[in-house]
Amino acid sequence: MSYVILGFLWVSFLIYLLTGGADYGVGILEWFSAKQYKEQIRVNAYRTVGPVWEANHMWLIIAVVIMFVGFPHIYSTIAIYLHIPLVLMLLGIIARGTAFAFRNYDAVKDNTQHLYNRIYVHSSFITPLFLGIIAGSAVSGQINPNAHSFLEAYVYDWFNVFSVAVGLFTVFLCGFIAAIYLSGEATDISGKDLYIKKAKLMAILGTVCLVIVFCASVYQGIPLITWLFGNLLSFTTICGALISFILIWTRLREKRPLPARLLTGLTITLFWIAITCGHFPDIVIMKNGTSLSLLDTNIPKGTVNALGIALLCGSFFILPSLFYLLYSFNKKKPDDYSSGPSGL
Amino acid sequence: MAARSQMALSLIFHIVFSCIGMVMPFFMAVAHFIYLRRGNPVYKNITVAWSKGVAIFFATGAVSGTVLSFELGLLWPSFMKEAGPIIGMPFSLEGTAFFIEAIALGFFLYGWNRFSPWFHWFTGVMVGITGLLSGILVVSANSWMNSPAGFSYKNGKYFNVDPVKAMFNQAWFPESLHMIIAAFAATGFAVAGIHALMVVRGRNITFHTAAFKIAAVFAGLAAIIQPFSGDICARFVSKNQPVKLAAMEAHFRTEPRSPLIIGGIPDIKNKKVLDDIEIPGLLSFMVSGNTNTVVRGLDAFPKADEPPVPVIHYAFQLMVALGMAMLGLSLLFFFASKWQKEWLSSRWFFKLFALATPLGFIAVEAGWTVTEVGRQPWIIQGFMRTADAVTPMPAMIYSFYLFTCVYISLALAVALLLKRQIKMVPVIYDHNI
Repeated sequence: MSYVILGFLWVSFLIYLLTGGADYGVGILEWFSAKQYKEQIRVNAYRTVGPVWEANHMWLIIAVVIMFVGFPHIYSTIAIYLHIPLVLMLLGIIARGTAFAFRNYDAVKDNTQHLYNRIYVHSSFITPLFLGIIAGSAVSGQINPNAHSFLEAYVYDWFNVFSVAVGLFTVFLCGFIAAIYLSGEATDISGKDLYIKKAKLMAILGTVCLVIVFCASVYQGIPLITWLFGNLLSFTTICGALISFILIWTRLREKRPLPARLLTGLTITLFWIAITCGHFPDIVIMKNGTSLSLLDTNIPKGTVNALGIALLCGSFFILPSLFYLLYSFNKKKPDDYSSGPSGL
Repeated sequence: MAARSQMALSLIFHIVFSCIGMVMPFFMAVAHFIYLRRGNPVYKNITVAWSKGVAIFFATGAVSGTVLSFELGLLWPSFMKEAGPIIGMPFSLEGTAFFIEAIALGFFLYGWNRFSPWFHWFTGVMVGITGLLSGILVVSANSWMNSPAGFSYKNGKYFNVDPVKAMFNQAWFPESLHMIIAAFAATGFAVAGIHALMVVRGRNITFHTAAFKIAAVFAGLAAIIQPFSGDICARFVSKNQPVKLAAMEAHFRTEPRSPLIIGGIPDIKNKKVLDDIEIPGLLSFMVSGNTNTVVRGLDAFPKADEPPVPVIHYAFQLMVALGMAMLGLSLLFFFASKWQKEWLSSRWFFKLFALATPLGFIAVEAGWTVTEVGRQPWIIQGFMRTADAVTPMPAMIYSFYLFTCVYISLALAVALLLKRQIKMVPVIYDHNI
């Protein structure tokens, strides 16, 4: 049963990376766009993300719940040493969620819209940045339980080149996912071009960050290369991810958005397999060499079973309805959307 | 201390957001139902207007809930390390319920003219039901802290964990019941009050009167049954957390024929209550049905286990007083709708309800203070002290300041937004009426 929980944890993070990533990415793209395109992105974003954004963020909640029920020792370690980035990420989540809701539901459309937009795009950047930083610091052995000063214990854990570069990489990854997703939504050629251009920009920036990540890992003594290329599975999935990443570009101009989207999903999934399996089963590694393993939890059997059953039952209800939600809003695009009673 | 304040602050806000997010869908569903049956566009407009309110509160409730789920670990890592596996069950189910709620809300908000009307209505009802479920589940996680169950404890270790038993601990039923009814009463009074105010100001009378009635019926029913659930809670507390009951009542001396103390200023030093009204024997009667029963007072417990008495006493008295006020208003409302119909169109009547807008939520906050502060100094009653659960990170006070600013601005923003929603009622909805 504990493998069921692990599976759910893995899947929730992956789906969060994909859907939540697209969600953040939309905001990031809005930031990285010239003024005349901002409105267009906003409208597209609202249409595609609006109905599902709440659901997207539930994956994070599910993952957190699994963490604190199933892996409390890992959760509490992260909560203590990465307190600051977690708080900053939370602020991002608060600001972003509320700004998104407010700008769509505020009955009066006036100058406050600018304020909402500002908050929205900046928090769309900050949240994945700190998510990435947290992930980067947790897995890379930067947490120092023997530290004596405040800075060593609570700041340098995450404020280092490697972690920040991972954070930035996450940001551009989100932007990339969103650009590919929106390019499928664009109705005319110029719209498609706009998003393809953005996808290129994001890919380049992401690659730059990735290079920094690798350099920093060598410099800081993090065995990243061993994790990624040291075992067969990671190595093959990395290669697979690269191939499918290249294939994305060949399918972008197609009328049907599905192939490019599927390839993007595949790339991210393969990439996620590579980084998680190279690291498995340890998740948090500390500076003094001890590591907290996902398999070595001494949580009681009853809890594991209850959690597993709760998750299985939950997905029985959640997945069909979620698919139906996505399906119905993708299929039925009424032209009279703006005349609907929601008045939007 | 900073960690406690930050937690308290987060809960104070979350409880308001989530109560509204949990109860409003039911109001919305009723309005929607009336519209679908009678085809009166006023009710459609009410549904749409309320659904926007739900969307705003759901979004803020969801983010403040996300923040709380992290804060549990950020502020109380030692607590979560031990308690996580034990009370994980309600949390994981809550996650599920909440997920379904988010999906249903997506269907409802964006589903106008897309689905068959009754399917659309059904998704709105689902929002309410799943919201209610999450509320019950979260409260049952809290009730475990008041009434720990489902594990054995020896030498600082928790073992033999049974999450199902932990979830259905003895406190879950009284506490959830009381909280859910409170949510209905508080939200009902708040919504009814706002619409009543608009009626008093003479704006869109048809719209606001119809909305007022729906909310007031919910509020009234909830306020009338609430004292009974309160009684169940009080009996539970007297059995399982006698020190909390003693603090609620500022009951210092253990004695038979214990009086019910109403009002008054607890004097901790001299162990007396000043300027209060005492009804002899009533406390004993309420606890056991017999006026001669001995009720343990604060003197029966070690000083180290004593919660801050005045805070709890005042909060409890406030909650009861407001509950009684709302009960009176509810009776008045039902009396008027049965026998004095002309009251329902008179100004003083709406003014009264407009004045009552915040009462419910003040009572909810007061009640929450009683249950949380009354548990102190424990975070898990009888097993772990709050002081032992807090994060080792220093400088938590800054985090508290930061979150205070965030929550205050959030509250202001929501208030502003609602004001603008209401202000726009004539512009958006009037042409349909």
